[in-house]
Amino acid sequence: MKPKLALYWAASCGGCEIAVVDVEEHILTIADFFDIVLWPVAMDFKYKDVEAMPDGEITLCLFNGSIRNSENEHMAKLLRAKSKVLVAFGSCAQEGCIPGLANLFTKQQIWDYVYKQSPSTVNESGIFPQPINKMPEGTIEIPTMWDTVKPLNQVVDVDYYVPGCPPQSDQILNVVVAVIDILKNGQPLPPKGTILGAGDKTCCDECGRERKEKKIKKFVRPHEIIPNPKECLMDQGIVCCGPATRSGCGAKCTAVNVPCRGCYGPPPDCLDPGAKMISALSSVIDASEPEEIDSILATLTDPVGTFYRFNLAASILGRGQMEVRKQS
Amino acid sequence: MSWEPKIAGFLCNWCSYTGADLAGTSRLHYPPNIRVIRMMCTGRMDPVFVFKAFQAGADGVIVSGCHPGDCHYQEGNFKMLRRAHLIKRVLADLGIHPDRFRLTWVSASEGDRWARFSADFTQTIRTLGPLKLTSDSILEGTYNAA
Repeated sequence: MKPKLALYWAASCGGCEIAVVDVEEHILTIADFFDIVLWPVAMDFKYKDVEAMPDGEITLCLFNGSIRNSENEHMAKLLRAKSKVLVAFGSCAQEGCIPGLANLFTKQQIWDYVYKQSPSTVNESGIFPQPINKMPEGTIEIPTMWDTVKPLNQVVDVDYYVPGCPPQSDQILNVVVAVIDILKNGQPLPPKGTILGAGDKTCCDECGRERKEKKIKKFVRPHEIIPNPKECLMDQGIVCCGPATRSGCGAKCTAVNVPCRGCYGPPPDCLDPGAKMISALSSVIDASEPEEIDSILATLTDPVGTFYRFNLAASILGRGQMEVRKQS
Repeated sequence: MSWEPKIAGFLCNWCSYTGADLAGTSRLHYPPNIRVIRMMCTGRMDPVFVFKAFQAGADGVIVSGCHPGDCHYQEGNFKMLRRAHLIKRVLADLGIHPDRFRLTWVSASEGDRWARFSADFTQTIRTLGPLKLTSDSILEGTYNAA
């Protein structure tokens, strides 16, 4: 009997699924070795098929997407129970990713904006989604949205992590081939909590640009200048999250003049990537007078959204606090 | 029991820690709310310590180093100064009052200055009240009533 494989998406964009399909013809090797039992994006299985399985029936579950509503949470708990090995696959499941930025607001603030205030919304009667709707034909239920977006490991026990937004296809293939190898030869699994399909240095280690430890008088956004392709982007005033990001992606972004956005998550021993970025940026600012420091920092746009773009939900504070309310 | 501010203080070895020591040996009276941690230089102050302190229950964080130009390592305190400005901005964006974090300069001979700053910062935190980190339970109760 073939080992069973499940792929699931919770609160995510679908990019991780595309990255899986991007392994090209090797998908046939995967389908050949595994019996795929759940893959909502590509195949027709129902939740009740999974619910009917005995616990531990699924050998490997690649779970992408963060947890932000009752359906996500139900599926996370269900797949945890049914899977021998549960992998938080991609940045959303690993650390909350872009959906995690919703943690700067409350659910009510988000709903007020989306269903009332946004310029393209017309909602005169003030209708908001209701989790339970009673109709003459019966009752309809939709998932309830939570206030806080959570990475998978804040909801269930996670065995391994594959970082990236999305994980690079060559890395996915490495991971799957390694798993197949382990299963075929009965080798021991790597220690629990291992980060698979990534390096153990920072993105800067893979980046081909040269750092000259320059100091800057002004931050610029990527569209404002044409960067020198050989020099460190930070030296040129562009905020690059490379110093606070794990290697493994091959530094594809910086190779084409785009700063690292931090999607491979924090490097080893980094507790909070945002704090790491505060350190990194502070060391390039060319000023030692408070007023000048402030005027240089004034050219920096949205520090929280930039430093914590992929990991606010997994950061030390985990979400925006409500002492000083951020305006939506 | 009434609430007392809990404050984490990060003091540099060469100036501020010695200054705080002088405040003690001079028998100056000032509030005992600051828990002092000695570090070799404020240049060692990783911003992660600030977030970690707030997460661990601190209501305020104060960092104190040598006066500009007096750093034992020449420019460690300037590194901290640049960080402090960015830390305040990030804290405010994350919804924590930026006044809960402060950077000061106290030299080894300024015991009275440390005593004054301690009292002043403790008063600031007392006015701001306890830092209540938003937990899910507070939010879910308020907004998720179906």
